[in-house]
Amino acid sequence: MTATAAMPELRPWRGRPVIADPRVRWGLGIGFALYLAAAIGTIDVNWQRVWEGLDRGWAFLAAFGEPDFISRWRDISEGLIESLTMTVVSTALGIALSVPVALGAARNLAPLPVYLFCRGIITLSRSFQEVIVAILFVAMFGFGPFAGMLTLSFATIGFLAKLLAEDIEDIDRSQAEAIQATGGSWLQWLNYGIQPQVMPRLIGLSLYRLDINFRESAVVGIVGAGGIGATLNTAFDRYEFDTAAAILIIIIAIVMVAEYASGLIRQRVQ
Amino acid sequence: MLTLKALTKRYKTGDLALDSVDLEVARGQVVALIGPSGAGKSTMIRCINRLVEPSSGDVELDGEVITRLGAGGLRRARRRMGMIFQEYALVERLSVMENVLSGRLGYVGFWQSWFRRFPGTDIAEAYRLLQRVGLEDHYDKRADELSGGQRQRVGIARALIQDPALLLVDEPTASLDPKTSRQIMRLICELCAERELAAIINIHDVALAQLFVGRIVGLKSGRIVYDGPPDGLTPEVLTTIYGEEDWTLAKPGLSGGDTGGGSGEDERVAGAL
Repeated sequence: MTATAAMPELRPWRGRPVIADPRVRWGLGIGFALYLAAAIGTIDVNWQRVWEGLDRGWAFLAAFGEPDFISRWRDISEGLIESLTMTVVSTALGIALSVPVALGAARNLAPLPVYLFCRGIITLSRSFQEVIVAILFVAMFGFGPFAGMLTLSFATIGFLAKLLAEDIEDIDRSQAEAIQATGGSWLQWLNYGIQPQVMPRLIGLSLYRLDINFRESAVVGIVGAGGIGATLNTAFDRYEFDTAAAILIIIIAIVMVAEYASGLIRQRVQ
Repeated sequence: MLTLKALTKRYKTGDLALDSVDLEVARGQVVALIGPSGAGKSTMIRCINRLVEPSSGDVELDGEVITRLGAGGLRRARRRMGMIFQEYALVERLSVMENVLSGRLGYVGFWQSWFRRFPGTDIAEAYRLLQRVGLEDHYDKRADELSGGQRQRVGIARALIQDPALLLVDEPTASLDPKTSRQIMRLICELCAERELAAIINIHDVALAQLFVGRIVGLKSGRIVYDGPPDGLTPEVLTTIYGEEDWTLAKPGLSGGDTGGGSGEDERVAGAL
């Protein structure tokens, strides 16, 4: 109560805006709004076509109400098995290739030339979307799951090697140093000093990649790289929306199961 | 047994961490290396097993010039130098047993170590050492389940299973409470006496060093400025090593308030032989 007497004079304080200069702040805001308005203005919508398409869209959605698993079951099951095979093989191959690339792409393990080479591989793999790579491999090796498998393996390297290399760069150096001090060889050093530190991450990323690869296997199938995607594409081409709906439901179910299972396993290895 | 000749380390940044250090350590002798942070203590013991590559000068262990060895020779030489670390540096996701056995990596082949098929004699020795450091029931625990003092005991067992001639000990007690610190120092010094091991122990706690170790080496800015018995650490000497401070407040031997255990003299390991 008497403390008010000793109160210092009121000094206002307000949070600092991200951009200090108000002219720049308002300029950027207004500029962005104008660009957005202009950009929306350039989108040319054929409303009549949209109206007609609604019907077809509705037919497609309605097919989900009565998906047809039966009449094309043979095609669906073949496509599924092909996709699952493609997924497992390409993930395994991708991991096997990613580990050495990741070791080379970790600056604390590899000398500069090796580092640059491995980073180059990663960048190359990451800069092309799976569909583009799949088109290339289909052109090189013909239609079918082999092209799809190569595509997914190649894409796995960019993903797994990059994230694993970052994890290797973040290890606790003293643990690795202690193994070095025992006089073990380089490989023993990797096995005892590095691997235990990055193993949970490697397992987690691999499982994550497994379900990405399954989803991608459906996409690359559309450009001719085999698997369930090819089946799905055929169903669309024939306007068999009930079959397409069945395929999509199966894909969703498998992705959900894979995600749930990999979540459980990742929890266990931490 | 261990001889440093004009050992010098200049880091790429230009810092001169070690400035032509000469030192001789006899078999079975325990040396405490004291000095302010940045004096080069850590660099010095890492230059001995070449975790840090010295810029010039030589390290000789039992007549072998370690600084001239190739990669294979260096690995063989490292087997004879056990190292104990400040933050224990155990591989946290490996079990206690795996951590201890990793001290044998220099002696076993890659596939043997990959499949954890260590020779029976190594495993028996690991059990014996775990018992000696008081952890016989913990061998299957993961290293990160242990307390600080227990981890450092595993670190000690890992160093000893190498069957070393020399222990390089980097701030063994810096992360431990005062009582555990004393227990760990006592254990290290006892083991050195039992096995006639030479040791170089980096340590910040001067009183602790005086309590257990017979020979003290003071390092300042990469140079040795004191080399002698613990009693010789007068306030003047401490001022030379660490700089101006009222050193009479930290009278050696009187600082430890716990348990009022015996006088420092009894605990010391035979030093300066």
